Amino acid sequence: MSEFKPRILAFYCANCASSAANVSESMSLGVPAGVKMVQVPCTGRIETLHLLKPFEEGADGVYVAGCQEDSCRYMSGILKAEKRVAQVKRILEELDIEPGRIETFKLSAGKGFRFAEIASEMMKRVQELGPISGG
Amino acid sequence: MIVAEQKPIRELVEMVKDFQKILVLGCKGCVTVCNVGGAKEVGVLASALRIWGRKTGRDLQVGEHTLERQCDPEYIEELRGIVGEYDAVISIACGVGPQFVSERYPTARVFPGVNTKFMGGAVAHGIWSERCAGCGQCVVHYFGGLCPIARCSKSLMNGPCGGSADGRCEIHKEVECIWDTIVRKMTEQGRLNELIEFKPPKSWTTARDGGPRSMIREELVK
Repeated sequence: MSEFKPRILAFYCANCASSAANVSESMSLGVPAGVKMVQVPCTGRIETLHLLKPFEEGADGVYVAGCQEDSCRYMSGILKAEKRVAQVKRILEELDIEPGRIETFKLSAGKGFRFAEIASEMMKRVQELGPISGG
Repeated sequence: MIVAEQKPIRELVEMVKDFQKILVLGCKGCVTVCNVGGAKEVGVLASALRIWGRKTGRDLQVGEHTLERQCDPEYIEELRGIVGEYDAVISIACGVGPQFVSERYPTARVFPGVNTKFMGGAVAHGIWSERCAGCGQCVVHYFGGLCPIARCSKSLMNGPCGGSADGRCEIHKEVECIWDTIVRKMTEQGRLNELIEFKPPKSWTTARDGGPRSMIREELVK
């Protein structure tokens, strides 16, 4: 059996999380291969369908990285995203798929190390869960 | 509007597990407004079904279509040439939708994707509340514009029962005692005496008790 190489899609906001990404880059911290990053203006714009589509098209994990609750540029973007992630967790559970395959992370602009750490954390988690199709 | 909620996806996949080509059919009417059966929800349910197909290794083909309304034959007609392409149709309109589709396309296998709950409205974003029981003879003007038939747990029409406490109903503290609200409102309007005026017994022949209902408007019939 070939080694499982997870495919993960990460949405990150153009504000706090992007600043953290820049700090991460300046620290020469990369994200693991297999994590595809998609920048969005605000995580509040991410619809439930945006979170489901990657799973439909072959992703093994999805996560959203956005601002902290008290410093969201658009006030409640990350809270909206968190609710939609929770909805997708419920949908995955109903399909007998581990809800831990999707997660929300909140980080402030200076957290470059954390930005890279989140990607590795999700990669490790999904690696342990294995592929969705079981083969 | 007619308010509905999506059936559990687990229940839906159990319904359609033996089919390969599935059409998820939405409606742009009430169920779009209550965020359960419009084009957006069609996309979400179709995506969930495809993920289920991936998970279980099924070669599923899931189509998406949303009609202007599923409660008018002219819009149902739009499905001619589409329904036959699928083994099953999941209608996420209210309970009227799957029946209109079934009646127009007798060989189609049609499944309900939502549970129809009640006639009501949005009292806050994401929260809906029942307002009308469809009794067929509206009497809200007797009660300060509020309906005790739909909103009192016992549908009492002659005042609150002993289970009313602090404006709440005994069935649950989150349920308003509509009679408490009616009395307060009529008092504020100086019309409390109207509640003790004699009203003839309400006829329930116009309600569901009289059997399935229909309505004919001669000026509209072709």
